[in-house]
Amino acid sequence: MFHAILFYTFAAVLIGAALGVIFSKNPVHAVMLLVLAFFQSAVLWLLAEAEFLAIVLVLVYVGAVMVLFLFVVMMLDINVERVEGGFTKYAPFGLFIAALMVIELVQIIWFRSSGGARSGGFAANPEGYSNTEALGAVLYTEHVYAFEIAAVILLLAIVAAITLTMRKRPGLKQQNISRQVAVKRDDRVRLVEMDAETEQ
Amino acid sequence: MASLVPQFMVDIWDSFPPLLQFLITSTSQILIVTVGIILIVAFSTYFERKVIGAMQGRVGPNRVGPMGLLQPFADVIKLLIKEVVIPEKSNRFLFVIAPLLSLIPALATWAVIPLTDTFVIADINAGLLYVLALTSVGVYGVILAGWATNSKYAFLGAMRSAAQIVAYEIAMGFALVGVLMAAGSLNLGDITRAQAGGVSSWFVWPLLPLFVVYFISAVAETNRAPFDVAEGESEIVAGFHVEYSGVAFALFFLAEYANMVLISALTAIFFLGGWASPFEGWTFLGDDNLLRQPSLIWLFAKVCFFMFTLFWLRATFPRYRYDQIMRLGWKVFIPVTIIWIAVEGVMAWLRIGPWQGLAG
Repeated sequence: MFHAILFYTFAAVLIGAALGVIFSKNPVHAVMLLVLAFFQSAVLWLLAEAEFLAIVLVLVYVGAVMVLFLFVVMMLDINVERVEGGFTKYAPFGLFIAALMVIELVQIIWFRSSGGARSGGFAANPEGYSNTEALGAVLYTEHVYAFEIAAVILLLAIVAAITLTMRKRPGLKQQNISRQVAVKRDDRVRLVEMDAETEQ
Repeated sequence: MASLVPQFMVDIWDSFPPLLQFLITSTSQILIVTVGIILIVAFSTYFERKVIGAMQGRVGPNRVGPMGLLQPFADVIKLLIKEVVIPEKSNRFLFVIAPLLSLIPALATWAVIPLTDTFVIADINAGLLYVLALTSVGVYGVILAGWATNSKYAFLGAMRSAAQIVAYEIAMGFALVGVLMAAGSLNLGDITRAQAGGVSSWFVWPLLPLFVVYFISAVAETNRAPFDVAEGESEIVAGFHVEYSGVAFALFFLAEYANMVLISALTAIFFLGGWASPFEGWTFLGDDNLLRQPSLIWLFAKVCFFMFTLFWLRATFPRYRYDQIMRLGWKVFIPVTIIWIAVEGVMAWLRIGPWQGLAG
């Protein structure tokens, strides 16, 4: 009962925040509403006793991805009226994506209801069960190859992204940090021995 | 406890439903911890001014109350009765909510911090991850404050701070990977218990490079000197909080100091054995010697030591140049942590240090 009240409260806020992301005119507000939506879905995962996934969702998406998003959105000086015009322009594409998502959701629900997978609510875990340990045990034994391949793909993406941004502009003046750090006092200052000059 | 409390109160307590009992106990625990933290924060401002005063050959605050001890309260009252100016062209809602967003994560993290062997508000398995998640959320307050103010200085401060925090968070996360490798747990209580046995078994020795990286990254995360380019008085006035006044400014101030206390407590727990006594292994003191007992006082002493170190750093070093901050974060700290994690792997394989008792 208490569990259900919590679930519906957070689910309602999640849907409200998600709608707000789409309909808010200010992009910074949209990003903040998306952060709220992530928090709400993290709480839903907590209710399903998946505390590792919940906390990692906050850590990765709220703590890193959305910060960079906010960064970019703040830098853009977006004209609100032009954005409004764009809403109808991109509507067919948006509708196409929405239809795709609905089809996928219906497929999963149909698959579940036809007994294709374990259906019903979340089973409560026994006392002392650690979600993190269980996930780690599966990830590093059964799925270790898939896990490592994913890691290599991510590394490749990092290398590719860095190579794309490493353009050297000709004539660009840059500091040579290692030379700056290696500077000694003798390179900059010369101590001169001389007699004190007295005013005549 | 039964002898201290009259019987009818025990009866009334027992008549409450379990949910209400749980609600009352946890709410009072939260209140006690929060009020304690706020008091510590208030006095740490006094402590900072005294320490820096002494280092610079001044006396520091000495007018309000005996030895200036009531100075924090005078400051709070002054800030409370000042006007909160909200710039006309600012984004009003975000401008007001930003100080709260920077304070709430700093206080909420205390939920998983074990203050003694038995007292922790929420003893969760993934405590270390929770700490990482909440410290990364704290950056929103700074970024939003900078943007909502609608001022170039504030925006520059926010951008600097965001880039810096994102960079140092990675080094911090990797340093904590080393800690959880040594402890074999994400629970902060278990991490502390894994360091039982006195000074020699604290993680600071086998993980010394990670300790150094963690503490310096922590200074950068809290935007303290010498990493305080987000405020940078000489370049961008006061950075992200340039337009904040009165209570709104007080909240940012509170958040900064709460973060410092938090970071000190976390460093103590991860590397210096938290509540454990440094003399735990000295058997010649006798079994029931007070010096050997674990207690809150030890944690408090360690927190005070790290707070003092933070003030000491501020009084000693000039501000870092921005590109050098980035270089230190990305090109020095992250490689150091990655290499030390590999070294730890070898140490665990050879059963050295904290991995001695490892089975298998």
